[in-house]
Amino acid sequence: MDGSNKSTVKQDLINRIFDTMEYGPAPESDTAANEWLDKHQRRFGQLIDGKWVPGTEHFATVNPGRKQKLADITQGTEADVDAAVKAATRALPGWQSLGAHGRARFLYAIARAIQKHSRLFSVLETLDNGKPIRESRDIDVPLAARHFYHHAGWAQLMEKELPDHVPHGVVGQIIPWNFPMLMLAWKIAPALAMGNTLVLKPAELTPLTALFFGEICQEVGLPPGVVNIVTGDGRTGAAITKHAGVAKVAFTGSTEVGRIIREATAGSGKKLSLELGGKSPFIVFEDADLDSVVEGVVDAIWFNQGQVCCAGSRILAQESIADRLLAKLRARMETLRMGDPLDKAIDVGSIVDDVQRDRIAGLVSQGEKEGAKRWQPSWSCPSTGWFYPPTILSEVQPSSTVVQVEIFGPVVVFMTFRTPEESVALANNTAFGLASSVWTESINLALDIAPKIKAGTVWVNCTNVFDAAAGFGGYRESGYGREGGKEGLFEYVRPRWMAEAHGTIEEPLVASTPGLAAEEHASGFGGTGLGLPSIDRTAKLYIGGKQARPDGGYSQPVHGADGSLLGQVGLGNRKDIRNAVEAAHAASGWARQTAHLRAQVLYYLAENLSARQAELAARIAKMTGHRSRSQLEVELAIERLFTYAAWADKYDGLVHATPHRNVTVAMNEPLGTIGIVTGDAAPLLQLVSLVAPAIAMGNTVVVVPSEKWPLAATDLYQVLDTSDVPGGVVNIVTGTRAELTPVLAGHDGIDSIWYHGPEALTAQVEKLSAGNMKRTFATLPSSKGGRERNWFDGREGEGREFLREATQVKNIWIPYGE
Amino acid sequence: MSHERNPGTALNLGWVEDIHINKSAVERRAATIGTRRTVKKEWQLAWLLKAMTLIDLTTLAGDDTPGNVKRLCAKARRPIRDDIVEALGVSHRNITTGAVCVYHDLVKTAVQELAGTNIPVAAVSTGFPAGLVPLDTRLEEIRRSVADGAKEIDIVIHRAHVLTNDWQSLYDEVRAMREACGAAHMKAILATGELGTLRNVAKASWVSMMAGADFIKTSTGKESVNATLPFTLVMIRAIREYGARTGYKVGYKPAGGIRTAKQALEYMYLMKDELGREWLEPDLFRFGASALVADIERQLEFHVTGRYAAFHRQPMA
Repeated sequence: MDGSNKSTVKQDLINRIFDTMEYGPAPESDTAANEWLDKHQRRFGQLIDGKWVPGTEHFATVNPGRKQKLADITQGTEADVDAAVKAATRALPGWQSLGAHGRARFLYAIARAIQKHSRLFSVLETLDNGKPIRESRDIDVPLAARHFYHHAGWAQLMEKELPDHVPHGVVGQIIPWNFPMLMLAWKIAPALAMGNTLVLKPAELTPLTALFFGEICQEVGLPPGVVNIVTGDGRTGAAITKHAGVAKVAFTGSTEVGRIIREATAGSGKKLSLELGGKSPFIVFEDADLDSVVEGVVDAIWFNQGQVCCAGSRILAQESIADRLLAKLRARMETLRMGDPLDKAIDVGSIVDDVQRDRIAGLVSQGEKEGAKRWQPSWSCPSTGWFYPPTILSEVQPSSTVVQVEIFGPVVVFMTFRTPEESVALANNTAFGLASSVWTESINLALDIAPKIKAGTVWVNCTNVFDAAAGFGGYRESGYGREGGKEGLFEYVRPRWMAEAHGTIEEPLVASTPGLAAEEHASGFGGTGLGLPSIDRTAKLYIGGKQARPDGGYSQPVHGADGSLLGQVGLGNRKDIRNAVEAAHAASGWARQTAHLRAQVLYYLAENLSARQAELAARIAKMTGHRSRSQLEVELAIERLFTYAAWADKYDGLVHATPHRNVTVAMNEPLGTIGIVTGDAAPLLQLVSLVAPAIAMGNTVVVVPSEKWPLAATDLYQVLDTSDVPGGVVNIVTGTRAELTPVLAGHDGIDSIWYHGPEALTAQVEKLSAGNMKRTFATLPSSKGGRERNWFDGREGEGREFLREATQVKNIWIPYGE
Repeated sequence: MSHERNPGTALNLGWVEDIHINKSAVERRAATIGTRRTVKKEWQLAWLLKAMTLIDLTTLAGDDTPGNVKRLCAKARRPIRDDIVEALGVSHRNITTGAVCVYHDLVKTAVQELAGTNIPVAAVSTGFPAGLVPLDTRLEEIRRSVADGAKEIDIVIHRAHVLTNDWQSLYDEVRAMREACGAAHMKAILATGELGTLRNVAKASWVSMMAGADFIKTSTGKESVNATLPFTLVMIRAIREYGARTGYKVGYKPAGGIRTAKQALEYMYLMKDELGREWLEPDLFRFGASALVADIERQLEFHVTGRYAAFHRQPMA
């Protein structure tokens, strides 16, 4: 308890407070933070290659709670970024040769150092960002330290747990202003643990804790260049994303900027993870503990002033309790305390700057113009900083602007629903999919709803709970990739074979030697050998479980390796793709089938493929001209079906050991509908290698098969028909790759695009994916040392890599206790 | 009393069945109240002075005698050393504890010792602490304590009625006790540590309020788990909802285990934030405590002198 001298006790004040029983000021000291700023003359350079490099151009960072300038920050230039990337590149061999244990020691040292300096980190964070000191002190900084501890463990275990993976190299990381220190930890800890070096740019509004972290890196003796911190605005960020020396870009921020980054990195071969915006539903059922729900809303939308990507910003209340809940919320708003962010007894601090505050105010007035009813507490905001009051908007509909867009402020919209089914429909009626919260005392209901919500995190009877051991990340336009948990590590590694593969595959798969297979199609396409013309078999498209004539009414010929005409296939167009995607969506019940049943269907496919093995091998031989390889190809295709039939009920989720009394379940869920474009090599094997993992995990697919040798795909129609594959699960559209691929890549109903065709189209595919921020799975371009996969090689052509691409991890937090 | 006494209502089982308590969420709120709120300097002093007025200074031991009860009453009248009171400028407020709480046998002594003050004597009653004696003797005990001058009666409920969900019997008994109390105010002790679940705590709170309790109280101090912030949240939320439905204000008394000034302040933050300013006065909020007085006095002395205090310099209760 605070001491104060006898002479300073104010008796009148004591008597007044005794009567009013009001709260008073409880400021956290900023002395140490100011001393630290002063020590640097309130002017900061950038950490490049282990040295603080002074800048030339500067901008101010400001305390939003007091509208006071804190320090001058360097505007990092392209040259600075280049120097940082080069330093990181130079540091790579040393960092990797340290080995797992060596890196674990450094991460552990960083965790300890963060704890040692936790109060200075907290105060700097609050000064720079405007969040309540309670949050930076009790949540952000402890979680940041925890992230380094947890990942010190992953560094230690990497060689044993991820033996077939290697780091990307130099990682570029760009983080937002809402959780500067925590997002830094989420980015840096896994990157370092997996053996990468990095260049990180904090947000220009909140660079201080990252700069202090840079000093921590020096303090623990981290080798120069392993962590580089550059500062600046979007231009500096753009320099990182486009730098050729960066192998991977990790970004947290707005969907708008995420989209720009996706487009900017398209075709570069850079691995990308994006954690973007949200409009997360907060579903309240009639059997929920409403008083606890109210505190949940406080934690959901008034935590960090609602400037939280996963903020529960859409309350969906069951009609029977909606009025009661709204009344309770309005009462609770009155007792929220807003004030100087450094005050230890406030609930709500300052918005990060005037731009953001004005944007929030603008959206709220737009909401009112569209008919929303605005609820705010009766108390008024302090004028010392950029404050905005806690706000509820009721009388809104899914069509309201404020229901659709991310407000990123202390504003929650309030809607009602009638049934559990309708709650899910409303919850999923958004382009986003970051998080969600479900409140009910019925475990049946909670566990029924959780898998149905399209979001990377489902919090049951809690909200905004985080831990390093659990993955966090989005569905849909909330981005892709996970941070935290084992699932998060894969953002910072790639399969070892990719690093070891150089140039081209030794035995070319596409090029053929005419004549090699000449002996086996003496009979050719044209006849039966009995002098009769064969019955024409023109392959159509395969959509919704039926053969469908191409919309355009055209077909194209398919020639063998020797130039002979082998047959005709339908020439699909954009409408056929549209129809195929619709059919794939209509088959979404496939995801709800049991894994056992999906396995059985895959085994049945293998069985039926086996029955036609000779015929298919002959067909492939005629097309490719490789007789022996064609037999192997069919054999491997059958084997691969077995592989994914095996995996169907074995790609288990996890129960994470998070430090709360709860079960944190990490479920592998299908993405939805995957667009698959295959290359020409091993036309059957490649197709099976891609389709099988996708459908084994419960996805439906739209496939554009090899343009050159599509008959391997069209021959599958009857196999699919006879193998109990439900109509619409696998759809095949033959035709011109260059025409069909962009339609598929740009389609908003496609959740991931797997492009394995010639690399000329890769950039376009990745660029178009930005439309709905669908995931992409494409071959690393040859300019980045990548090459086509050898589908005959089990390391490259099958396994967990494909299963990860076919799934997204949903973490469901289920606290318990009666 | 600034508010109308809670007369109780008919037993409404619909209200009892409509109770949903999520333990983890309750614990989360309870865990953060002490980190969301704090009072410093003059605010802390005023709040601690207020806390003193909210204490039911208690002795409930088998070896209680008139001698130690007299000592207790003296401390209740002057819980803070005069020099500290003067330094804080609150001499005119005549700060005393909220009440003195004793067993029936010592009610007379306490009433005598507190004559001429406004400090009520509270008697624990109805077969305290277990309450497993015949109902007529329980009711008779209340009547005798009231006859001896007790202004407040802390009754214990029959836990078995809660554990077997026999709400009618619980209601009838508490109703009868309330009638036996007459003008004396009744605090219903739920013995929360023996009710098994937070849900039961909420249900017992509701039935007791419907049966006419003026206060609901957590514990006897004799259970292995006594007052906690999660129990408190559940009970005061019930009080809030009962008030919203009936218009009557019911008081709250946590008892057992509240020993430090810091703990007391956490309870007060919760009362202010969840129920409002009115629940920071002795007619609606009491602490059942004994050691707490000394810790508050010690904290006050520290503020006055600037030196950390020692217990032996404070007059004992």
